Amino acid sequence: MYLYDDFDRTLVAERVAEFRDQVRRRLSGELSEDEFKLLRLMNGVYLQLHAYMLRIAIPYGTLSSRQLRTLAHVARRYDRNYGHFTTRQNIQFNWIKLEELPDAMADLARAGLHGMQTSGNCVRNITTDQWAAVAPDEIEDPRIWAEILRQHLTLHPEFSFLPRKFKIAVTAAAHDRAAVRVHDIGLRLHRNGAGEVGFEVVVGGGLGRTPFVGKTIKPFLPKRDLLSYVEAILRVYNQFGRRDNIYKARIKILVHDLGAEAFAKEVEAEWQPIRDGALALDPAVIAEVAARFRYPDYAELDDSPPELAQARATDRRFANWLGNSVANHKVAGYAIVTLSLKPEGGPPGDATAEQMDAIADLADRYSFGEIRVGHEQNLALPHVEQRELPALWRALDRIGVATPNVGLVSDIISCPGLDYCSLANTRSIPVAQELTRRFRDLDLARELGRLHINISGCINACGHHHVGHIGLLGVEKNGEEYFQVTIGGRADENAELGTLIGPAVPYAEVADVVEDIVAAYLELRDRPNEIFLDTVKRVGVEPFKERVYAAR
Amino acid sequence: MRLVRGGRVVADRYLRVLDEAPIPDSVPVIIPAARFLADAAELARREAPTGVLWPNNRRISELVPYLDRLALVALVFPSFKDGRAYSQARQLREQHGFRGELRAAGNILRDQFLFLVRAGFDSFEVVKDADAAVFAEAVRRYSVFYQPAGDRRTPALRARLQHARPGVADAHERV
Amino acid sequence: MTSPLEQKLRITGPVVVTANRLGDGAVVYRTLDGHWTTHLAQAAVVTTTPAASELLAGAVADDLGAVGAYVAPVRLDKDGGVQPGNLREAIRHRGPTIDLPGIPGF
Repeated sequence: MYLYDDFDRTLVAERVAEFRDQVRRRLSGELSEDEFKLLRLMNGVYLQLHAYMLRIAIPYGTLSSRQLRTLAHVARRYDRNYGHFTTRQNIQFNWIKLEELPDAMADLARAGLHGMQTSGNCVRNITTDQWAAVAPDEIEDPRIWAEILRQHLTLHPEFSFLPRKFKIAVTAAAHDRAAVRVHDIGLRLHRNGAGEVGFEVVVGGGLGRTPFVGKTIKPFLPKRDLLSYVEAILRVYNQFGRRDNIYKARIKILVHDLGAEAFAKEVEAEWQPIRDGALALDPAVIAEVAARFRYPDYAELDDSPPELAQARATDRRFANWLGNSVANHKVAGYAIVTLSLKPEGGPPGDATAEQMDAIADLADRYSFGEIRVGHEQNLALPHVEQRELPALWRALDRIGVATPNVGLVSDIISCPGLDYCSLANTRSIPVAQELTRRFRDLDLARELGRLHINISGCINACGHHHVGHIGLLGVEKNGEEYFQVTIGGRADENAELGTLIGPAVPYAEVADVVEDIVAAYLELRDRPNEIFLDTVKRVGVEPFKERVYAAR
Repeated sequence: MRLVRGGRVVADRYLRVLDEAPIPDSVPVIIPAARFLADAAELARREAPTGVLWPNNRRISELVPYLDRLALVALVFPSFKDGRAYSQARQLREQHGFRGELRAAGNILRDQFLFLVRAGFDSFEVVKDADAAVFAEAVRRYSVFYQPAGDRRTPALRARLQHARPGVADAHERV
Repeated sequence: MTSPLEQKLRITGPVVVTANRLGDGAVVYRTLDGHWTTHLAQAAVVTTTPAASELLAGAVADDLGAVGAYVAPVRLDKDGGVQPGNLREAIRHRGPTIDLPGIPGF
């Protein structure tokens, strides 16, 4: 849990004051919409189909209970009583009025929350693994580096008007839960042969119109050099990224056009003059940032306390939830609890103000006041005593965030789609809702095992469909909604883009198509625990294609 | 268009010379890049200050050999959204030690003034009179800066180490 | 649907000009007398490219009233009533096709 100090608070307050002035100038006509648009985007204010949308950054997905209560307050006071958690660990409010935005931002600022750089052609929220600092397979806390980068790149005078948006992700675990290989810059903390910890730097990954898996341009970068090297990458991109065509303006296009080697050379040329300058990170600076991360005062507990074993034996619903939504913690006696925001029939990733308040209370009681937001649009309580799990589960169940479908077929990742978003070709939420109904049987869901469905309502891919095990991409044909279907994508350390299985299918049939794909998987898998992704890898796309298109 | 320098609106002593026009002898001039490079040797003999208008899609490295004879470099923002000249400015100031007048030309709004100052610009061609009038106020909008840049303000990461834990009073507040 | 903001104007049926109100983002339609209304029934309906261009030009210039103006298709039903002409406009007019969370019963 990072503690803001006077510097951080002052900066956010000054930003709110600046935005208040910009809104005033807009409402009085001193600023035209063309001038105001980029300024409001840099504060996370979009114009959508029905209203303005405010996107709030949740740096590296970590929230305090106080912050979550503030989000609930904003939902109630300025919006329609709910918020939506996104695939980049942000939260969105869909009904905000421009006139009330400065006040909403002032309320958020008091809790250290803001919308700075959640949109616009600048560096966006830096994301990481929602299990940072508690996952057993991690070598150190990646959030410290995400915070160092966040500060460096906030209101950076040189990089506030890049060719296009810029997304960075950091991981420090063997299993990449932050999808770093499909980000503009992906950073993987690891140990080299000499036992030193440093970064693998991956550049030019991304989804959208031209998806790419990123290229490693620096296999091992010492910690000291992180800021100067990232600065060099951004300086190359700022100068040479395309600005003539917004669909060709991301760094992935520049890396692809130059080739990874030539691109890396440009970065080296920019880096050499600055690597030993003011951006060199000395241990004192790193330690100062690290020191303002507070970690829980864990109790000394044993794994598998009797309360747990007993509840598991006597309550089948609890046992199902335990097996699904609770993960191992690096500290004995503790657990990481995922809160599913994917109830049957619900819009994926949404939470009401009442739920947010209730979760904040539960965080205080059971998780040292800390909540995490995952890019799969669920929440987590990262520090729960195992002996408290039965009591916590009952409370979570009461507020509707204990559906034991985490990572399963009904744990769908979806963008807001045409119900909200002015960029969309098709709706996505009703498709997700229908699929949760088709797959409501939790026994079947468990039987199917890990299966990620990702839905994007347009090519901008906010639902990350390219890296879904099953990916649905909304397209328009003759004014009607259709979906392109891909299978076999994955977002982890073996990131791969999915393969199209055939012609686009109409909206009314897409849920049937997904059912057919799932049925084909059940027939084709060679043993019960061969997950969908591995079956696709083994047998290829053809058998699925046949099954889906045979009758169509 | 108003020229802002030293925090206020001033008269522009430089003459903007267009491509084919004759270059007057004893007047400070700003010359387009291609022409400057073509006539560089001759222009070096000028006694009055010489400036160049450098486009944002040419590498600064091409200009570096001539910096010692330039009193002014003007960099271009075709739209305020096109941020290439910020990188050019920092390279000029921080890597190549340019100490002459560094002017921001093109389309800039008051919302960019502070970024421009931090990138090393010290004069500004401002399209809107209202923006020029509030320059001094606009560059005081922020008192905290996270990152080091061309303006020598101490960035927060360093300042924290220098002060005795400025956040101490609120250390217990969980934000 | 392809963003209407990227359209070239080619009017083949009845259209209106629509935008979002500056202060609160509400969906509005351009009226004949140069104002904005939230009621589709009061929107100016035009059927030729010159008329649409003129209506749009006036709307775009009025960015203090509303922003992001563009030309949107409508249907005229048999009673002469004006209905949204495609799914995107139907959603803008009536709201999301899903129940919003935060409403009792969800």
